[in-house]
Parts: sequence; structure tokens; C-alpha cells
Amino acid sequence: MQVTSTLREPLVTGGKTVRDVSEDISRQVEGKPTSLWWIAFGISSVLFLFGAYCFWILLWNGVGVWGLNKTIGWAWDITNFVWWVGIGHAGTLISAILLLFRQRWRMSINRAAEAMTIFAVICAASFPLAHMGRLWIGPVWSLPLPNTFGSLWVNFNSPLLWDVFAISTYFSVSLLFWYMGLIPDFAVIRDRAVRTGHNVRAAIYNALSFGWSGGAKTWMRYESVALILAGLSTPLVLSVHTIVSMDFATSVIPGWHATIFPPYFVAGAIFSGFAMVLTLLLVTRKLFHLEDYITIYHVELMNIIIIITGSIVGIAYITEFFIAWYGQVPAEQYTFINRAFGPYWWAYASMMTCNVISPQLFWFKKIRTNLVATFIISIIVNIGMWFERFVIIATSIHRDYLPSSWSMFYPTFYDVGQYIFTFGLFFCAFLLFAKYFPVINMAEVKSILKSTSEKK
Amino acid sequence: MQSNKNFVVGIFDDEDVLLDAVEKIRGNGVRIDEVYSPFPVHGLDEALGYRRTRLPIASFMFGITGTILALFTQTWMLGYDWPMDIGGKNHASLPPFIPVTFEFTVLCASFGIVITFLIVSNMKPYSWPRSYDIRSTDDKHVMAIDLAHNKLSKDEIGRLLKDSGASEVNEKNF
Repeated sequence: MQVTSTLREPLVTGGKTVRDVSEDISRQVEGKPTSLWWIAFGISSVLFLFGAYCFWILLWNGVGVWGLNKTIGWAWDITNFVWWVGIGHAGTLISAILLLFRQRWRMSINRAAEAMTIFAVICAASFPLAHMGRLWIGPVWSLPLPNTFGSLWVNFNSPLLWDVFAISTYFSVSLLFWYMGLIPDFAVIRDRAVRTGHNVRAAIYNALSFGWSGGAKTWMRYESVALILAGLSTPLVLSVHTIVSMDFATSVIPGWHATIFPPYFVAGAIFSGFAMVLTLLLVTRKLFHLEDYITIYHVELMNIIIIITGSIVGIAYITEFFIAWYGQVPAEQYTFINRAFGPYWWAYASMMTCNVISPQLFWFKKIRTNLVATFIISIIVNIGMWFERFVIIATSIHRDYLPSSWSMFYPTFYDVGQYIFTFGLFFCAFLLFAKYFPVINMAEVKSILKSTSEKK
Repeated sequence: MQSNKNFVVGIFDDEDVLLDAVEKIRGNGVRIDEVYSPFPVHGLDEALGYRRTRLPIASFMFGITGTILALFTQTWMLGYDWPMDIGGKNHASLPPFIPVTFEFTVLCASFGIVITFLIVSNMKPYSWPRSYDIRSTDDKHVMAIDLAHNKLSKDEIGRLLKDSGASEVNEKNF
């Protein structure tokens, strides 16, 4: 019997029994999609198809359809890439790091957050793949495979190659971790299908659950695997954004060449990730009536993480400025003054307002427990984090070393289209997941029900 | 597999009652085949007398294989097979090889342990588990006791289960 503090708020409200958990979560998998779901899926599909058209034009004509120029060779593509990868980080933080810290409030949100991670990483990967131009050979050439040029191997000294390994490992390990969590829950749906005589559904979910039995020995091994995967994912998630930041930090461009980048990027990633988790979960909770499982208390705890990481990001911004002044390198100083007061001042101001000021509102308990306020601020934070990446990437390179090369970046129709493509992809995938997969980890919630649920 | 196996199946509603029951039943010299639960019950593996799983060791082995493989591959490719002179720097030096080595270690350890888990637990997409009670994935803890492995009679085991708090006692033949 575990001892739990009576001071803590319950994690599951509404006096749910173990039976209710299976019922509430499986029902939406078994029933027909609601009209609201169809509307949301319809809109996402339109975005996806429009984006797919833009992607096709890009592949057909080449990267020239984007607004890149000789000075600004990286703009929206890498901005969006870093933004999406960052969003993915919250999922692994919730499922792995909070598991190691034995934070039980993660249990009702980890499934959806991990799904978000996987879809966000797919969206992120689409940008470098598109930027390589020839999608059909780019991914092959970025792997150390024998080839007819020598073999000429990939350059393991390049952070861009580290990124290939980091992102693909991150994607596959997250997928594995997420799928392991789903196995017992697929078995729940299978057994419910057996009882109601839905044979096809039973066979499908049995295959998905790998014939899960739920024996004590299997559970013992399963828990051991989950703990090890959490232990492996924790340094992995920190390494991924560290390596993403090294794409910039190992260069010699003023504004990129900074040792503060790894921790700063990781904090920013978790910050934006939690904002996206909140945006998605507040909608999911309403759509699927999960108010008893994803409570105001969960929202509040996530908002506290947003304050912490948002403040770390704020300190990082100020530190960068300080170091630029203190370091006494003229090029570096110019870059930072230009960032704040140059032609991209509006991007810098948006970043500062959205990322540093808006999360501070969560110090007020009234605001961090208010769902509407949380929803709005979560979107503001995501906008702010997009601007952060744009500011770092575009403003550092738009003033080249020679004034004759100075330039501005103007996105084209296809830049926007590629971004919309990822939104369509992300929301389509998330909606399909929310409909056909159990959105809450039933087994984990059942295991904490006795000690942390509100009694009738 | 033997045909025609007879099982006494005890159904428990509560995990704490189940844990006490396991102790009591095993204390009476009854061999429990397995307990099926809808969620992991902490302490159940010890109560049933299972040895700790050696999966962490397997994972470490897979991980260390990944580390060695990644370090060897990188050093061989850049240092020996096709050395490149980049600004007069060493062809192969350790620091830039660390990120890829780390990622590959994690990749091997994770996939290795999950595949090992599926193999040792005999889990396959096309195999159906033997179901002692369909509610064992929903809200009941199901204790299966094989009569062939026990000296006590069916009724004696049934009574023991009832006394230790089972809400139902059923029979199951395969």
C-alpha cells in the first residue's frame, strides 16, 4: 500500500472505478467518430492536401521556389524544423523524465504527449528532407552506406550529420516507448471486442497488442523495460536539442557561435513543447469528455513547468546580450544590437513579449488554473518560440560581412505552403490517433486509482 | 503443451487483497501458475517468488555493442578507409565522434531490450493468449492454479481462495 499525501489534489476526479477507466477511454475508440471530429479532420485534410501540392511544386522545381537568397540560405525551413523538434520534446520529458522522478500526474497525459512528439518529429524531418531537394536520394546519402564514389563516407565531424542520427534515433526510440505503453491498452480493447463479438476488431487489436496476456511475470519484465527506456530516453531527449543547437553553435557566424546554445535550446524546446501539449490536450479533453482524467490540477502543473522553462529562456536571452557586450567582439555586438533595433526589431519584440512576458502571468493562481487563459497563452508561447528560432536564424545572417550582400527574407507562397503542410500532417495524424488509439494510458491510470483518486 | 488441463481460477477485485491472498495461498503449499492483472501490481512479483528479471543486463550488452560498433565504424571510415585532410586536422579524433556514438548506443540498447522482451515473453502479433477470464484486462485480478501441479483437491483450493478474499472461484479447462 502506497502512502500518499492527503494535501495533494486528486489526480482522477469523479469517483471513477477501475471499470470506469476502461469504459471511458475505450468507448471513443469503439464508437463512430463524432461530427465534430469529422469537421476537424476535414479541415486538417484540406490543409494537408494544399500543403502536399506546395511540397510537390517544391520537389518538381527545386528549392528556388522558396524565398531563400544568396545571403539567407536558411530561413523558414530550418526555423520550422527547430520549432517542430522543440515541440516534440515535451512528450519525452513527460513520459521519461517524469517517470524517473516518479511524478504520477504524468500518467493521464503521457500518451497524448508522446503521440504529439512522434508526429512533431515527422513534421520537423520534412523540412531538411525537402531542403535537400532530391527527396529520393537525400536520405540515402545522409547515411554511412557503401556507395559507388569510393566508397566516399559521410562526414562524422559535421553537426548536420549528428543531427541525422539524433533525429532518427529520437524518432524511433520515442515510437518504441510510445508503442510499448500502448500494448496493454490494445489488449483491453481486444478483450472488450471479444466480449461484444466484434471478431475483426478483436483480431486487429490482438495483433497490435502482440497477444498481451497481463501475467505477473510479463508485467514485471514490462515495467523493467519501461524504466530502462525512460532512463535511455532522458539523456536522449537532452542530446537531441543539444545537437540541433550545435548546427548553429559550431559555426563561426556571430549570433550563432555561442556556448550557451545547448541548455538554452533544450529549455526552449520543453517550454514550447508544454505549450503545444496544453493546446492539444485542452481541446482533446473537451472533445472526448476527459475532464475527470485531465483535471485543472494537471493543467496547473504543466503551467508551472511553463513558468520555469520560460524564465530559463528569458535568462538565456539576457545572458546572450550580456556576453555580446562583455565579450567585446565588434561583430557579435553588432549582431545583437541589430537583432533588437535593426530591420527585424518586430520579430525580436514579438519573441520577447510572447516568451518572456506572457508566461509570467502564470504566477497568478487564477490565471494558471483558468482554461481559457491557459489556452490563449499556450498559443502565444508557440508563436513566440517560432519567432525565437526565426530571430536566431534569419537575423544572424541577413547582415552579411559585406554590406553589398545585405539582404532581407521574404517568404513565398511555397514557404507558407510547406509550413501549412506540416500543420495538416500533424493534426490529421493526431486526430487519427485520438480516434483509434486509447488517448489515455489506461493501465497506468488504473494503477494509481486507489491511492490518488477522488472518492465518491 | 499438455492437453486437457484443469485450472481453478480465483477472481480478485482489489490489489491489496490479492497480495495478501498470494502470500496465504503460497504459504499453504499451493503452486500458483500465474496471476493476470489489468495493471502492474507492485510487490506481486516478489510475493509470487519470481526472480528479478535480467533484462537490464541484456540492455547494457546491446548498448555496449552499439558503442563499440559506432566508434569502430567512424574511426575506420574517416581514419583508415578514406582519410580526409580538413585544415590539417586529425583524420579521426574522438570528440566529434561522441554524438553519433551516443545516439547509436541508445538506439541499440532500446531496440535490443524491446525485441528481447517480446521474445522472452513469447509475444507475437498472431498469437492469442490463453484467457482464464476475459475481465483480467478490465478490472479483475485473475489467479490461475493448475490442478495437475498441486496435491490439494479442487474443493480445497477453492475454499482456500474464498477464505483469502477471492470474489469468485471458477473452473477452467483447456
